[in-house]
Amino acid sequence: MRTKAENFVTLDFPSRSSNEGFARTAAACFAAQLDPTLEELNDVKTAVSEAVTNAIVHAYPDTIGKISMKLRLHPDNSLEIVIRDWGVGIADVEQARTPMFTTGGEERAGMGFTIMESFMDTLRLRSVPGKGTTVTMRRKISRRPGAR
Amino acid sequence: MAVSCICDQRALTATLSGELDHHAAKHIMTQLDGQIDRELPRQLTIDMGAVTFTDSSGIAVLLRAHRQMCRLEGELRVVNVPSQAKRVFQAAGLGRIIRFE
Repeated sequence: MRTKAENFVTLDFPSRSSNEGFARTAAACFAAQLDPTLEELNDVKTAVSEAVTNAIVHAYPDTIGKISMKLRLHPDNSLEIVIRDWGVGIADVEQARTPMFTTGGEERAGMGFTIMESFMDTLRLRSVPGKGTTVTMRRKISRRPGAR
Repeated sequence: MAVSCICDQRALTATLSGELDHHAAKHIMTQLDGQIDRELPRQLTIDMGAVTFTDSSGIAVLLRAHRQMCRLEGELRVVNVPSQAKRVFQAAGLGRIIRFE
């Protein structure tokens, strides 16, 4: 039996807030190959939006820096999303994942990681202060009856 | 993202449309703050029927509106929440704080 070939894409873009919409839409376009339901597609868009917004707001607070988004399809019909920045990093990753915790003031809710965790199957957060942060998320897309 | 507001007898209705992300949130917060300060409403209704996408930035917008209305001793209700936004708000447990109808 042939397994579906892996496919991947890498996108680099500057940390401008106008790229939040671009990144989540690009991720949804790529994920469309797995024939997701609308709800699965929206979950992917929401998680990407959170991760990219974090990089824009927190990694590069006073500068514009590079954000890299890698998307990869796995043979088990899952989508892996890796969002990386080379910004200030996070000193305490456990604290960053705590619901309601934010260093972003009143404009942020502190719910980004909570939403990424509840919309994705797995989430790994690696960060080195002064070097940058990498968020790796994975979400399996259900195979629908009648699909390829 | 657009905000349009109608006020009738200190009942303010704010209709949001488009994508409610961090890029749009600042503009919405500024618009809502201005309307609330001008009208001093007893009731604020946020209509999300035309919102096509929301992330946690939408949570921050609603929490801010909630705080503003608490300060005025008024009430906030949020109506016509699309299913994508509903999932985001549920994941955050926002229903414990904000009245959704």
